[in-house]
Amino acid sequence: MLIIKDLKATIEGKNILKGISLEIKPGEIHAIMGPNGSGKSTLAAVIAGREFVEVTEGTVTYFGRNLLEMAPEDRSKEGIFLGFQYPIEIPGVSMVNFMKTAVNEHRKYKGLESLSASDFLKMMREKKELVEIDSKLANRSVNEGFSGGEKKKNEIFQMAMLEPKLAILDETDSGLDIDALRIVANGVNKLKRPDNSFIIITHYQRLLDFIIPDVVHVLYDGRIVKTAGKELALELEEKGYDWIKKEVENKLAV
Amino acid sequence: MNVISEVTGRYVNLYEDNIDKISGISSPYINSFRKKAFEKFCELGIPTKKNEAYKYTNLNIFFDHDFNSYFLPDESDFIKAEEFRCDVANLDAHGIVLLNGFYPTITDKLRQLPSGVWIGSLNEAAVIFPDQIKKHYGKYANSESDGLIHLNTAMASDGVFVYVPEGVIQTKPVQVVNLVQSEEDMFSQHRNLIIVEKNAEFSIIICDHTLSPKKFLTNAVTEVFVGENSHFDIIRVQNEHNAACKITHTFIHQEKKSVTSSNNITLHGGLIRNSTYHYLGGEGAESYSYGLFLSDKWQHVDNFVNVDHAFPHCTSNQLFKGVLDDMSTGAFNGRILVRPDAQGTLAYQRNNNILLTDDAKMDTKPQLEIFADDVKCSHGATVGLIDNDALFYLQSRGINKRDARLMLMFGFAHEVIQNIKIEALRERMDNLVMQRLKGELSRCASCMVKCG
Repeated sequence: MLIIKDLKATIEGKNILKGISLEIKPGEIHAIMGPNGSGKSTLAAVIAGREFVEVTEGTVTYFGRNLLEMAPEDRSKEGIFLGFQYPIEIPGVSMVNFMKTAVNEHRKYKGLESLSASDFLKMMREKKELVEIDSKLANRSVNEGFSGGEKKKNEIFQMAMLEPKLAILDETDSGLDIDALRIVANGVNKLKRPDNSFIIITHYQRLLDFIIPDVVHVLYDGRIVKTAGKELALELEEKGYDWIKKEVENKLAV
Repeated sequence: MNVISEVTGRYVNLYEDNIDKISGISSPYINSFRKKAFEKFCELGIPTKKNEAYKYTNLNIFFDHDFNSYFLPDESDFIKAEEFRCDVANLDAHGIVLLNGFYPTITDKLRQLPSGVWIGSLNEAAVIFPDQIKKHYGKYANSESDGLIHLNTAMASDGVFVYVPEGVIQTKPVQVVNLVQSEEDMFSQHRNLIIVEKNAEFSIIICDHTLSPKKFLTNAVTEVFVGENSHFDIIRVQNEHNAACKITHTFIHQEKKSVTSSNNITLHGGLIRNSTYHYLGGEGAESYSYGLFLSDKWQHVDNFVNVDHAFPHCTSNQLFKGVLDDMSTGAFNGRILVRPDAQGTLAYQRNNNILLTDDAKMDTKPQLEIFADDVKCSHGATVGLIDNDALFYLQSRGINKRDARLMLMFGFAHEVIQNIKIEALRERMDNLVMQRLKGELSRCASCMVKCG
């Protein structure tokens, strides 16, 4: 599905990603962990298509196509979804209008007709129930005045509406209490199908108690320094990142 | 004696040439204000950029022009105006058409609505309601610095009069369509007076239109009295062509526990200046002042707000926004005055502007003067570009860049529009704003006027 080869990227001339290679197959859940500043969010930004990140080397191939050449909106319509670490407040734009436009853009891209108002509202209702989101959130402006938890749940709701093939959740768990965490995790689990994949970016093991990853990567200083099964997350929770940093430094010394 | 500038001199001449005719068709009470107002105008003159309140607006672009006609109506003009119909879909309102500031019917110049509210011509009302006119006319519109208010008092003779008796709840709004039409460049002035007695409710929509492609200058004054416990809303929609200059001065005097809102939506116009004065003249009064403008080409839009907290425990809130395209310019000046006795005041002000090009320019100036100590006051102003983070957020959901930009601008504007309480008008404004943002002609769909 997604093949990243030797990806290097800079922000304002500063090297952030220093050679990342990663392959994601349909149906897989990958967790990307790592200390602050290691490049996790930058990797997410490259996949989603943010302009401020400049790719200097490497390739990103998505279903055989060069992802880096695609506009952000086309990536979305091709099935990529980014759950934002800090969802943006947009006063004056209603959730209903926002989602209706987005869903219909996706449908148009697939050659389908726009949903009627009633079909759309029915879809909203179903998805809200699926991800257990308070229905009044949908009547407000996008993220405006939402609590931190509400914003994150709203990301999961949008994901449910757009049914992506590859969803990247960028620290969706940060700032969530345990109940909100469970709702977010349940949302992911309910949307999980054999043909779609997830990249879960997180600092902590606790989200991975609810969403079981197939692969765990540790990103440190712009590189993937360790890849293993789900047990790696537990080990990190127990021992922190210092032992990994040491391992890396030792390798460099050799 | 001040030296009268060349520009001011033009209007002194216009006054002298026309004052006999004007006085001849006006009621004696309204005439009794003219001499003093004219003297005050001569003293203050047409405001220049040296006047703090006009610092960012060059009136000379329009005022330094030889308007040899000062409009006084003929019977045939009235018949033309009668043909004009604006129909905002589903807007259920009592309509009034003003032609160049005059109430354009020969008969039925003052009528009573089923609720008991009187609407009609100010000039006529001066004869029929002399007590009301004496009590309120010229009492609220005053200024020690703005000569234009005095020029209006010196020369205006007609406009809209509304009288809402005590306890009357008028649910259906009144819509005033101000038409400006002439075959030559023209200066016109009108004067509105709205009296809302206590425990009453009233809302008025004022639409400003130009009908012919000449150079127009309009200087309008509206005085509003809002009695104890009453609710009053005024919505002004401006859609004029680029050769039109509109100056409005609205004075809202509030008694205790009254609640008022003012909303100025400027869709189009060459040079627009809206001054809104809110006087919170009784305990527990609330005033909400909103404004939105969309400008392009060489347009200039200036909103000036003056909120005067004279009594304790009053609330005021200002929200003004602008979207500026091309090389258009704008100004906002929001003054909040909290007088020493006005303890427990809550006063807020926000001014946000989006510049769509490098050439557009916006000046914004908050002016807070607080003389009481138990006061909650805040203000904020921004002038910026479209938010890239928000743009990307929308794009990342599959919305293309152009539509995402439109959506953001619309959302930005909607924050002001959403305060319009009349649903049909709110929807119409949303539509007009959307069309305007898309660069389509924003004239009202069913209107025969080709503005813009």
